[in-house]
Amino acid sequence: MDKIPILRMGHFLLVTIQTDLYDRLAMSLEADLVQMVSKTNAKGVLIDISAQSIVDSFMGRIIGNIASMCKILDAETVVVGMQPAVAITLIELGLELKGVHTALNVEKGMELLQTKIILPTEDTSDDDDYSA
Amino acid sequence: MIIPLNKEAVEVKKEQDTIFLRNRIKECATKTGMGLVNQTKLITAASELARNMLRYAGGGNVLVETVSKGRENGVRLTFKDTGPGIPDIAMAMKDGYSTGKSLGLGLPGTKRLVSEFDIKSTPGTGTVITIIKWKNG
Amino acid sequence: MSNQSPDLAKTLRKKRNDILELWMKNQLADVSLREDLLTNEELRAQSEELLDVLLQNLNERNIAEVESADFEPVVEVLSGISISRAKQGFTPRETGLYIFSLKDALLTVVQQELKDDPAQLVTAVLTISKLVDSFGVTTFETFIKGREEVILRQTDEITEISTPVIQLWDNILALPIIGTLDSSRTQVVMENLLQQIVDTGSSIAILDISGVPAVDSLVAQHLIKTVSATRLMGAECIISGIRPEIAQTVVHLGIDLSNIVTKASLASALRYAFGMLQLDVKKTIREK
Ligand SMILES: Nc1ncnc2c1ncn2[C@@H]1O[C@H](COP(=O)(O)OP(=O)(O)OP(=O)(O)O)[C@@H](O)[C@H]1O
Ligand SMILES: [Mg+2]
Repeated sequence: MDKIPILRMGHFLLVTIQTDLYDRLAMSLEADLVQMVSKTNAKGVLIDISAQSIVDSFMGRIIGNIASMCKILDAETVVVGMQPAVAITLIELGLELKGVHTALNVEKGMELLQTKIILPTEDTSDDDDYSA
Repeated sequence: MIIPLNKEAVEVKKEQDTIFLRNRIKECATKTGMGLVNQTKLITAASELARNMLRYAGGGNVLVETVSKGRENGVRLTFKDTGPGIPDIAMAMKDGYSTGKSLGLGLPGTKRLVSEFDIKSTPGTGTVITIIKWKNG
Repeated sequence: MSNQSPDLAKTLRKKRNDILELWMKNQLADVSLREDLLTNEELRAQSEELLDVLLQNLNERNIAEVESADFEPVVEVLSGISISRAKQGFTPRETGLYIFSLKDALLTVVQQELKDDPAQLVTAVLTISKLVDSFGVTTFETFIKGREEVILRQTDEITEISTPVIQLWDNILALPIIGTLDSSRTQVVMENLLQQIVDTGSSIAILDISGVPAVDSLVAQHLIKTVSATRLMGAECIISGIRPEIAQTVVHLGIDLSNIVTKASLASALRYAFGMLQLDVKKTIREK
């Protein structure tokens, strides 16, 4: 089965969806991504959908799910690069993706994540410093 | 009067079939000269209906046609399944109604995305949904 | 009619060359001949094409049925001729007369053929007149259709011109809307704006509606959708130029704009945008 690659960039994860999504593929992305966030302790997730010519209610829901799940795992999600036609269609369909951050492109998405996240300081140890 | 210019039947039995369906529709819509936004609306609508067909009726058939009415050209899609049917159509057409623990956006959303929407369903026999997107609609 | 029609189509076909010669003679003798637009050879080729397609598709049945689908190829050639003539600068009157001069040629031939049978001649004359008249009408219809297409194209162009998107600053776009907003225009405005946002990578768009005479609930709905779509793409949309009357209608109509950033003027929207981008506009203090 096809798989959508997840790239690790420091404290962030980047997913670029290049193929046409069908439901099972989207669902496995959701599972993989949440696993990965937890495993890598990522603080931010960027989902680049600029290559997607359509996003329907199912995919929209998966994106919303990913954002909510990551939030619980203490990571922010930004969806970047949505095409104008896709945005217009989603609004008409009735899906606003509330609770999901958006940005025009990966670069701006990074900037947004950086403002949203207080990155762990140059601490060599991996675990969070509650006591301090 | 709506005149079909050419037609093609596409079977939707599994999820991957919907990708083939989208591509066929895209090709047809491009031929009519339909703009990108309307194409996207049409394909998204088709994606919703195909999913419903798979999820609630175990699959079905889609007739993809380019049609013309006077000066207008467009694409007509007929989704036909022999599933359980929809007992209360008015209810199913409401935003937020779902028997599948979902958002219930599919049918009402689809109606908003297309120029013409027609649904016929007989419980126990199946469902036929016809949508048209006019090139400039 | 069935007692004479069988022969008429065949007779005409047999007399093809006579008809063509007569028709050409009529045309070349006409004072209104436009040699400046079409050479005599071109005219002949055109006339020959039309006559041949007509005679090929004519038979004893359809000759009296001007609406018959059999004439589609004829209508096609005829439309082609009308369009190309219109482009060459012929007036619709000239093209109409060109078709009607074919009638004269056809009638002259029929007259010779049926000179011994006045009753049949009358029927034949009526039949041919009706047929050619209908072709004449076709040329006018084509002409009008051509004009309509020009008008439609111009309408599209006007819609496009009347919604310019302006880059006000790095990352800030403005779209001043002037005139009535209807559904189709809002559609164009929205698509235009969103595409420009992608193309320029601007994260803030200001939609200025001070030039819009009225906002009804449909227009408001469209504005809300535009703002929502902009946000989905990752940009922010500010609506400016809201006049007090519009604020009144919006509230009276029960439209909720509370999720949208609205500003009274383009200037205050720009100031707000600067704030979002953490830009500061300052007066420079110069040494005296
Ligand atoms: N082809 C079909 N056969 C039988 N029932 C159907 C069919 N299509 C839709 N339905 C019924 O109509 C209801 C509403 O459909 P709709 O697509 O609007 O929402 P949904 O599929 O439940 O949710 P969403 O599409 O938002 O994920 C469905 O829950 C289902 O009960
Ligand atoms: Mg559905």
